[in-house]
Amino acid sequence: MAIVELRFSALPEHVRTARLVAAAVARRAGVDEAVLDELRLAVGEACSRAVGLHQSSGISAPVKVALIEEEKQFSIEVGDEAPHAAPGDTPGATQDGEAEVEEDEMGLAVISGLVDDVQVTTGHDGGRIRMTWPTTPPATALV
Amino acid sequence: MDLSLSTRTVGDRTVVEVGGEIDVYTAPKLREQLVELVNDGNFHLVVDMEGVDFLDSTGLGVLVGGLKRVRAHEGSLRLVCNQERILKIFRITGLTKVFPIHTSVEEAVAATD
Repeated sequence: MAIVELRFSALPEHVRTARLVAAAVARRAGVDEAVLDELRLAVGEACSRAVGLHQSSGISAPVKVALIEEEKQFSIEVGDEAPHAAPGDTPGATQDGEAEVEEDEMGLAVISGLVDDVQVTTGHDGGRIRMTWPTTPPATALV
Repeated sequence: MDLSLSTRTVGDRTVVEVGGEIDVYTAPKLREQLVELVNDGNFHLVVDMEGVDFLDSTGLGVLVGGLKRVRAHEGSLRLVCNQERILKIFRITGLTKVFPIHTSVEEAVAATD
């Protein structure tokens, strides 16, 4: 397993950097060129969401992105430190602006539309979105 | 790449030509532009997205916001887009049913409901 980790202050201008790095590492790992556009969009959505959550909760900690290359698969984990309503909490515990909630949901909707293998985990101390794509071995290995 | 915006008038329509990347960082600029146009009395907008390299849900949110504003004045917001990767985002969010999407500015300008 090989890993590239990226941590950036929760500022919108850094989301593009995260997209570019993620796409570059994914390409190197052997993710199909045809899905790189989708991967770039999905990681951007996950990072935008994390930035929004940190900003609205006043969290100064950076957003974390881990790019994980494993055998036959490539995963991206985007982690935030925003307190989420954990399963079992009384609904309405976090009543932020409705618009923010909608934007948050739209981002997740795009991610789940783009990526077949998505896991979203949330807890009181933060959330994590893990997205996985299959990789194909480099052409030279097939010869 | 940053966002580029330019506007021109064609008949009773205002064409907004957008280029570059519309994301969480640049979307506020597009929002400002659309709000300004509507505040100035331009209620029939055509957003030309042929020069857009990247669009995320923040950008979609801004376009939906623009549509809401022009509709409040019985206006319209039409999109011009032929790029499959951009169209895909409209499809997976169901927004192809919300926005009229045209293949050329000429077609969008000529369109009536």
